[in-house]
Amino acid sequence: MSIIIKDLHAKIGDTEILKGVNLEIPKGEIHAIMGINGSGKSTLSKVIAGHDDYEVTSGSIEMDGDDILELDVDERSRNGIFLAFQYPMEIPGVSNANFIRATLNARLPEGEELDAVAYYKDLYAKMDSLEMDRKFTARAVNEGFSGGEKKRNEILQMAMLQPKYCILDETDSGLDIDALKIVSKGVNSLRSEERGFLIITHYQRLLDYIKPDVVHVMYDGQIIKSGGPELALELEEKGYDHLKPANA
Amino acid sequence: MEIEDIAETPAPQEIDQETQDAIAIDRAKGDFTVPESHEFDAGVGLNKGTIDYISGVKKEKDWIREFRHKALDVFWSKPMPTNWATKDLDNIEFDKIRYYLANATRPTRSWDEVPDDIKETFERLGIPQQERAFLAGVEAQFDSEAAYSNVKEDLEKQGVIFVNSTEGLREHEEIFRPYFGKVIPTGDNKFSALNSAVFSGGSFIYIPKGLKVKQPLQAYFRINSENFGQFERTLIIADEGSEVMYMEGCTAPKFETATLHSAVVELVALKGAKIQYVTVQNWSANVFNLVTKRGVAHENAEIRWIDCNIGSRLTMKYPGVVMKGEGARGEVVSIALANDGQHQDTGAKMIHAADNTTSNVVSKSISVGKGISTYRGQVHIPKHLKGCKNNTECDALLINANSQTDTYPAITVRGNQHVTQHEASVSQVSQEMLFYMQQRGLSEGEAMSLAVNGFVNDLVSEFPMEYSVELKRLIDLEMEGSVG
Repeated sequence: MSIIIKDLHAKIGDTEILKGVNLEIPKGEIHAIMGINGSGKSTLSKVIAGHDDYEVTSGSIEMDGDDILELDVDERSRNGIFLAFQYPMEIPGVSNANFIRATLNARLPEGEELDAVAYYKDLYAKMDSLEMDRKFTARAVNEGFSGGEKKRNEILQMAMLQPKYCILDETDSGLDIDALKIVSKGVNSLRSEERGFLIITHYQRLLDYIKPDVVHVMYDGQIIKSGGPELALELEEKGYDHLKPANA
Repeated sequence: MEIEDIAETPAPQEIDQETQDAIAIDRAKGDFTVPESHEFDAGVGLNKGTIDYISGVKKEKDWIREFRHKALDVFWSKPMPTNWATKDLDNIEFDKIRYYLANATRPTRSWDEVPDDIKETFERLGIPQQERAFLAGVEAQFDSEAAYSNVKEDLEKQGVIFVNSTEGLREHEEIFRPYFGKVIPTGDNKFSALNSAVFSGGSFIYIPKGLKVKQPLQAYFRINSENFGQFERTLIIADEGSEVMYMEGCTAPKFETATLHSAVVELVALKGAKIQYVTVQNWSANVFNLVTKRGVAHENAEIRWIDCNIGSRLTMKYPGVVMKGEGARGEVVSIALANDGQHQDTGAKMIHAADNTTSNVVSKSISVGKGISTYRGQVHIPKHLKGCKNNTECDALLINANSQTDTYPAITVRGNQHVTQHEASVSQVSQEMLFYMQQRGLSEGEAMSLAVNGFVNDLVSEFPMEYSVELKRLIDLEMEGSVG
């Protein structure tokens, strides 16, 4: 059981951004992708999620044996893909509690509704572990949230939706060390044999708190090197330059 | 985890199943007709004979017949307001419309006596169920006349009058005639003149001094016939210190040809009285909805228009309040949703005519696809007054690049002893916002609907709870229907 990406090419407009990505994320593992700005990391996460702006020109993405490229964004989500956004969107007037409830209801068969009492119980328990104030439930989604609050909110949604595969796009950006610890704790608590993670980051720092099984280096739309956690330390020490292909 | 914690953040208000079923009205539910069988039919087109026919059927007094004939002359003499309004008005073919269709001229007081077809219509729309669940009185109009009208007995005993226009003018002339056509004169605009010529149905309501009616009175306006014009006439008089909430709902089936709905609604709130007038309009996309609504608020009286416009081909409606007595308050809270091919041209008129009067206008419009939302506001505070306040807020939400929104606020303030505020905003539901919501598993329709509900959220809470739930459902259906 895994997400398997083969020779994935994708473009936005006329610009090719992914130029043959190969990657396998099995359930139970945490994979990290590191790379400089513009290497295609965020694009990869959006293409897996199914963003309309990107056109997949060749290659494949399979989840647990099924081709997902033909599925819409929301179908992929309901099938178990979760993307924690680098810049979570604000939804004015829609409370967090109602938003999360709507996303859970969207997963139920037609005509069925979530039990409100059980829902709030679950929500509060998860908010407590992320050290989120109860008032969050009544606030509009991400509106007026600090960077750290937005990221915590992403992890809360992830915890509530219990996805099969979690993609975290630069979740560590804009977080101070305390927030980073809380977010990491949230991610670690979701770690399971039933769940795979893809963590996109610039920095080794996050990987001090979330221990990856595999680290990949992305450069110019391809994964140019993969290795164990030590690869992240090596990057931190030597930078990306020494990994660049000679002709780059 | 204590269960008491759950009470900290209130879950969205739950309402019981009976009420929920009672208000479960949706667009699809309104899209049906029953076979036409009219005992009274004024025929196609409009002339003096049409008016004599209507007046004759209703056995009206001469002064009403004369009022109608004069109004017809005014109607013919007035040009279409296409110099400022949409040219689509020119597509109304007055000579192809039927102006009066009725089965009976008097409503029954029992649903059992309503003809089966009509009764079934209102049952499908949930009206008898609503009446049982939460209403103090109901009038159900089918084409030109009310088929059913009833008000709770204890209210009647306390002197509440809740009848249709024919009965109001015939049985209670002394109460209604002094105000009839005074708030909105015949010549106010071309369509108020048309209504004055051919009006039928609507509600004439009188609330006696000091009586605060707790439950709402409701009227439901149903168009069943094709090539038809519905011209109800409503006059509500709240005597000194009384309070009333009136709610109107409307639907029509979707016909190939245009349908015209042109009402005149006059409100009179005497000293210290309060009138709330709530509209949840759900017309089908072939209806021209051209309505004139205005109220006069006397000393320390309050008039609130809570107006929700969904559906119709073109709606032109600018509820107004004339604040005639010192300390009077006027308010318009409106939501307009213009879907593809629809034009919501709405707004508010606030006329300050006494010292220390206060008006508030909050308007939210949503334009989807090629839908057009227009806000027209007029606030008038003359120089000789003092201590008047107006607040106007207009917010527009655009969903996708084709949609259009226009704002034409006109705030005329003379003198310097007044406070006015005006705020306007335009926001968009961006592709990235939809992507975010869809990534959490919501379909495109659900995502748009949530965004729209969020946008109107603070206004929806102004609606009575039963109606805010219906409103949310209507928005959901409208948005889901808008996804190609």
